[in-house]
Amino acid sequence: MPPLETTKPETSLVRQALQSRNLIIGFVLTMLFVGVALVSYIWTPFDVETLNIPNKLKTPTLTHWFGTDHFGRDIFSMIMVGARTSIAVALIAVGIGIVLGVPLGLAAAARRGSWLDEIIMRGNDLVFAFPALLIAIMITAVFGPSAVNAIIAIGIFNIPVFARLSRGAALSLWTRDYVLSARVVGKGAVRISAEHILPNIMNLLIVQGTIQFSLGILAEAGLSYVGLGAQPPIPSWGRMLADSQTLITLAPHMALFPGFAILLTVLGLNLMGDGLRDLFDPKLRNERR
Amino acid sequence: MSLLSINRLNLDIHSKPILRDVSLSIDAGQILGVIGESGSGKSMTAYSVMQLLPDGATTSGSISLNDVKLLDATEEHMCSLRGDELGMVFQEPMTALNPVQTIGDQVAETVRIHRAASRSEASQIARETLDRVELPADRFPLSRYPHELSGGQRQRVVIAMAIALRPKLLIADEPTTALDVTTQAQILRLLKRLVREDDMGLMMITHDLAVVSELADDIVIMKSGEIVETGPAKTLFRNMNHPYTKTLFEASSHVPNRPVDSQKAEVPLLSVENVSRDYSLPRTRLFGAPAKFRAVNRVSFTIAQGESLGLVGESGCGKSTLTRAILGLEEVQEGRIQIDGTAVFSGHRVNRDVRRKMQVVFQDPYGSFNPRHKVSRLVAEPFHLLDDPLRSMARKTAISEALESVGLHASDANKYIHEFSGGQRQRIAIARALIIKPKLIVLDEAVSALDVSIRAQILDLLADLSDRFSLTYLFISHDLSVVRSITDRVLVMKSGEIVEAGDTEIVFGNPQHAYTRSLIAAAPKLPE
Repeated sequence: MPPLETTKPETSLVRQALQSRNLIIGFVLTMLFVGVALVSYIWTPFDVETLNIPNKLKTPTLTHWFGTDHFGRDIFSMIMVGARTSIAVALIAVGIGIVLGVPLGLAAAARRGSWLDEIIMRGNDLVFAFPALLIAIMITAVFGPSAVNAIIAIGIFNIPVFARLSRGAALSLWTRDYVLSARVVGKGAVRISAEHILPNIMNLLIVQGTIQFSLGILAEAGLSYVGLGAQPPIPSWGRMLADSQTLITLAPHMALFPGFAILLTVLGLNLMGDGLRDLFDPKLRNERR
Repeated sequence: MSLLSINRLNLDIHSKPILRDVSLSIDAGQILGVIGESGSGKSMTAYSVMQLLPDGATTSGSISLNDVKLLDATEEHMCSLRGDELGMVFQEPMTALNPVQTIGDQVAETVRIHRAASRSEASQIARETLDRVELPADRFPLSRYPHELSGGQRQRVVIAMAIALRPKLLIADEPTTALDVTTQAQILRLLKRLVREDDMGLMMITHDLAVVSELADDIVIMKSGEIVETGPAKTLFRNMNHPYTKTLFEASSHVPNRPVDSQKAEVPLLSVENVSRDYSLPRTRLFGAPAKFRAVNRVSFTIAQGESLGLVGESGCGKSTLTRAILGLEEVQEGRIQIDGTAVFSGHRVNRDVRRKMQVVFQDPYGSFNPRHKVSRLVAEPFHLLDDPLRSMARKTAISEALESVGLHASDANKYIHEFSGGQRQRIAIARALIIKPKLIVLDEAVSALDVSIRAQILDLLADLSDRFSLTYLFISHDLSVVRSITDRVLVMKSGEIVEAGDTEIVFGNPQHAYTRSLIAAAPKLPE
């Protein structure tokens, strides 16, 4: 006797989402961060590239909400523009991971046990063995530091994450009867992967994508902190932290605000990833309750 | 006073009524069969006794085990009862055991939780219990792991865990559904012996009338959360007061109406000649070729146009391998498979012509469909095989026709698969097989997962379709009664070889091979 299935109609997904505290908090934080980044294109309180040395190291006031840095630049404006850098770097890096990693994982699953599978997975192991930071240092050593190189480094690091995830999930789907019946009607591996496998691992990819996005923001901040990310004068949260380091006793607000920005963004994305996973995986949701 | 008495039990889950007014009782040494189709509430009755109900469940009424009121018992109290006085055996022996613990530890665990027994005492009891379930020490030491055992042996371990402390009541939820017929017969015998030895009460939950009619002293029949009929097994089937009991009884032994030998031509549609299939076993030595396992060994048979052929065998006999070879999913090493005179494989590639002539219906109505596609797209999948796939209107018409021919509505095409029940899904699977009008349909355990009344309807549908579209069926199943009711000829397969072949009635009436005889003897029978 087959177990009773408890599939719920898709329409109630929205209602379920509204009941998840994690998801709502995560979504609000993420939207706040994206919103700030978007607004920075049309308006910031002050220009972030104009230096105003006499005005340096001001503590928060009504004009400078988060104070000013050692060049007298408005920290609030810099955080707004920095959000832009973070989003761009992390988003493109996750994009690279998905666009390259998912097809590799699907191909490995479709030809499991073959030499293709071996090459892809061992290649993944190889890339996985190097942390993003190390890859970034290698790339910088060759091409010099820039935001683009940070993107490439984090992107390369993301490829095996998505390749492994999609291979694992696809392997179990390949044994399903609906894949067998697709094979019986003569559909090839590419077509089955696109029609039957990919749509069914989409929710996993969305969840992992959200989490990798938050890791990407952390990695970007880390790379900029050691000077391998976005170069001056483009503001970046990681470099703002690095700049504040020597002045930490004199102007703690310089470290506090970019630190909080990173914290809240990563927290928001992680909460959203968690919430999405619970939403897509009803079994896990019941356990947590 | 009975051992277990359930009195006017009502159960609601998230204020949806599940059980209504269920009353039953079991005495020591009595076997009570609880029969019902999926959703009848038979498992929920058992979970109520064990107090293992899902979240949001509210109960009223009373359940008492001797003098203990189970519905009022605290969780702590229930924990001390479960495993000690209440034992439970589940359906799926493959997942009921922890794969990383030895069978000895798993049986001993029950003992150590409930008794202040030392490790060696617990092992001692575990050993004795495994002996009682007929797993002798020389072949099944305590240090064995579950993966080293067959399904039937694992089920014996699960039973050993349940009876280690000689519980007063044993609940078995479909304990033999996942097993082969001969194994099923052994497990049923074992349960019966244990009940007699320990003077235990047994609540046997199943959807299979034949299983309980041979085993149980009394029978309870449930439908939609209510008990519709109850009585001693000996007389219940003779009287059958409730119409549902009659329906269930008739469906279990249902024989679809099939036209006799209408246009059976002598030309073979499918011919399998001397087919063998080897699998490489994992390497045991660094050098030298890995050992081979022969799954199918020089099998030959033919199916004539319009014929319905049954292929019977237990799990591991090679019938699935053979099916995959016929469907062109795997190439065979030796022999030829031809459909309408064309080989399935030519030059390691599957012929599209051949694929167009056959389709398949699988066992599991829940796993056979991509949950993200609408029915219209699911049913239309075989159009991929046509050189000129039908477009817009023609396509729509073909989908509607296919759905209507299996008794569904054309409007069902716009729904998603989760909106359908198991039986309806199996109809959709048949519609998908029919849509490109193949000649041969391979039915791989196609009705095994269905409730008896639904199964009867699907068998009727298959009989009707074969008549209307002059279809040829290859019916693969472990269920003898189903094969007997719908096939003209039958092949019996064992260890990769066909041991007996012939007209269905002749094979079943007068089996020649010892294996066929044991299969038929092991199959549970309904009282006449």
